[in-house]
Amino acid sequence: MNILRTSFVFAATLSAVGIFSGCNQPSSTSSGGGDTIKIGEYASLTGSEATFGQSSHKGTQLAIDELNASGGLLGKKIQLLTEDNQSQAGQSATVVRKLISSDGVVAILGEVASSRSLEAAPICQQNKIPMISPSSTNPKVTATGDYIFRVCFIDPFQGTVMANFARKTLKLQNVAVLTDVKSDYSLGLAKFFKEGFTSGGDKIIAEQNYSGGDKDFNAQLTSIKAANPDGIFVPGYYTEVGLIALQAKQLGVNVPIFGGDGWESSSLIPIGGPALEGDYFSTHFSPEDTSPAVQNFVKNYKAKYNEMPDAMAALGYDSAMLLADAIKKTNSTDGVKIRDALAAEKDFRGVTGNITMDANRNASKPAVILEIKNGAFKYVETVSP
Amino acid sequence: MTEFLQQLINGLALGSILALIALGYTMVYGILRFINFAHGDIFMLGAFAGFYLAPKIATVFPLPSIAGALVVMGISMAVCAALGVLIERLAYRPLRKRPKLTVLITAIGVSLFLEYSGQFIFGAAPKKFPEILPSFPLTHIGSLSFNSNQIIVIAVTLILLIALRFIVLKTKIGTAMRAVSFNPEAAALMGVNTDVVISFTFALGSALAAAAGILWAINYPSIDPLMGILPGLKAFVAAVLGGIGNLPGAALGGIIIGVTETLVSGYISSTYRDAIAFTVLILILLVKPSGLLGKKEIEKV
Repeated sequence: MNILRTSFVFAATLSAVGIFSGCNQPSSTSSGGGDTIKIGEYASLTGSEATFGQSSHKGTQLAIDELNASGGLLGKKIQLLTEDNQSQAGQSATVVRKLISSDGVVAILGEVASSRSLEAAPICQQNKIPMISPSSTNPKVTATGDYIFRVCFIDPFQGTVMANFARKTLKLQNVAVLTDVKSDYSLGLAKFFKEGFTSGGDKIIAEQNYSGGDKDFNAQLTSIKAANPDGIFVPGYYTEVGLIALQAKQLGVNVPIFGGDGWESSSLIPIGGPALEGDYFSTHFSPEDTSPAVQNFVKNYKAKYNEMPDAMAALGYDSAMLLADAIKKTNSTDGVKIRDALAAEKDFRGVTGNITMDANRNASKPAVILEIKNGAFKYVETVSP
Repeated sequence: MTEFLQQLINGLALGSILALIALGYTMVYGILRFINFAHGDIFMLGAFAGFYLAPKIATVFPLPSIAGALVVMGISMAVCAALGVLIERLAYRPLRKRPKLTVLITAIGVSLFLEYSGQFIFGAAPKKFPEILPSFPLTHIGSLSFNSNQIIVIAVTLILLIALRFIVLKTKIGTAMRAVSFNPEAAALMGVNTDVVISFTFALGSALAAAAGILWAINYPSIDPLMGILPGLKAFVAAVLGGIGNLPGAALGGIIIGVTETLVSGYISSTYRDAIAFTVLILILLVKPSGLLGKKEIEKV
C-alpha cells in the first residue's frame, strides 16, 4: 500500500514539476549572458542521510561565499541554486532536470550518496552539463559518462585500504560482513573489501544483509555471533551503523566493528554511544591535520557555522573550489570547455589532499583512518594510493 | 540449536511490537469496517511524545528508571489516545454515512498529513531516543543471551494484551464495543451510544500504538517522522493474517510476521525478508481467506 502511496505522490510531484518547468522555460538555457554564474547543487538536506547533505551543502556554500568575497568568477558573482532531494529515490532526477532546464545552471554539484548521484548523472551527461560529485565513492558514478567527475577516492581504493588495515593493523583473520543491499555504495565497498581481505589468505566467515532504513538487526547479528568472527565490517551509513553497534553489544558481540566514510557524521555517536568505542572507519579528511590549508578551512568553517567541519563538508568545499578553478582556467561557462578543464586538473590543492583527475574522472588521493575514542573521532593514519 | 532459539527470542520481541500495533487496526475494523491507515503514524507520534516528554519527566522521576519509563509510556499513551479520538472526531466522523472508500482515502490523507507535518515540526533527521530504561547486564540461560529490553518488550506486550482482553470481555464499555461490532444499528436501538463506543475504540487502539512506539524506540533508539510507515504496513498485514476484526488473531499474526522475518533474515537473506513474509500471507489467505482466526463472514443483503 505504501509503495502505491509513495509512487502516487512521486508521480504528482513529477507532473507538477513538469508543468512548472514548462511554464518557466527561460529563453536561453545558458546563464553565460547574465550578470551571475549559476551553479546547481542537489543534496539530501532532509531525510535519512540529512547530516551528510547538510555538511556537504555547508562546505559548498562556504566555498561559494569565499569566491564571491574575492570577486567572483570571470568578473561575475556566483549564484548557488540548491535543491533538496529529501534522501529519497527518484527525487534527484526531478530536481536536477529542473536545475538544468528551468534554471539554466552551468554545472551541477552533488550528491553524497552514490545511489542518488547515479540517478542524476545520466541527466547531466545527456545535457552536457559537467557534474562533480563531492563524495560518492561507487565507481559506477563517473562511469556514467565523460561529463561526470568526483573529488573523492573510490570504493576499490577505500575497500582495499580497510582490508589491509583489518589484516595488518587489527590482525584480524575471520571477519563477518554486514552489507546494506539497498545501497550501491555499500555493495561496492563490501565487494572490494572482500577481495582485498581474502587475497591475503584470511577468511570472510559470515555475510549478512540489511536494507537501508531497517531498525532491527538482531537476526543478522545473531547469525554473525554464531560464526564467531574476530571483527565485523559494516560498509553502511551512520543511521544504521549506530543501531548495529548498539544491538551487537546487546547480543554480547564484543569484537571491533569497522567501515567506510558512510560512518562519518555528527549523528553517529549520539545514536551508537559507548557501543561504538574502539571501532574504526576510513574517510577523506581529518580536522586534526596540521597543514595550513586545512587549518584555514577549519577556522573559516567554524567561524561561519560554529561547528567542526567533517569529511562531507571538506569534500563539498573542494568540489566547488575545483569547479571554480576549471571555470577560471577556461575563462568560459561553456559546458564542453569546463569539462575539458576538469579532466585536465592535476595536483589541485584541496583541503582533502591533492586532487589529480585520472582517466576515469576519479580523484586520485589519500585516505584517512579514524578511531572512535571517548565519544570522538581520533586520527589513526593516512594511507596514500 | 542455540542460534535458532536466540533467533526465536529476537522474532518474538519484534513480533510483540507488531502485535500491539495490529490490535489497533483490527479493533477499528471490527467496529467501523474500515482500515485506519493513519494508525502507523500514531505509533510514530507515540515515540515522539516519549521523546519530548522524557526530559520533562526526568525532572520528577529520575531517568533511566523503571518507574520513570512507565510514566513516560503512560503519558504518551494518554496523549495518543486523545489524538486518536481527535482524528476520529475531525476526519472520520463527518464521513460516517458516506461510502467506505471515502473514509479510506481520508485515512490515507490523514496518514500523509501526520507524516509530513511530523517532518515539518520534528525535522526529518533521525533523532536519538533518550535512555529511559536502565540497561541490565545480559541474562544468560545456558548459552542463550536475553537482553533486558527484549524481555521488557515481551512482558509489557503480554500485560497490555491481558488488560485489553479484560476490558473487552469483562467491562461494560467492552460489552458495548462487542455489541457495536456485531451490529451497530441494533446496538444503537438497545441504548448503546455508538459515538462514545467508537471514540473509546480509537482511544484504546491509539494508546496501544503509542505503547508500541515507546517499546520500539527503547529497542531501536533512532526515531524519525516516517518511522511508522513500515511497521504500520506490517502490522496491517499481521491483522489480516490473523483474521481482521479478531483480537487474538491480530496478536498471533504479529508474532508470526515477526518470527518469520527474523528467521528469514537470519538464515536466508534479509533481501527476501519482506517477499517471504508476504508469501506467507498469501499462502495462508489462499487456504483460509478469512485469516487464521477470522470467522467466515456472511454477506448481509
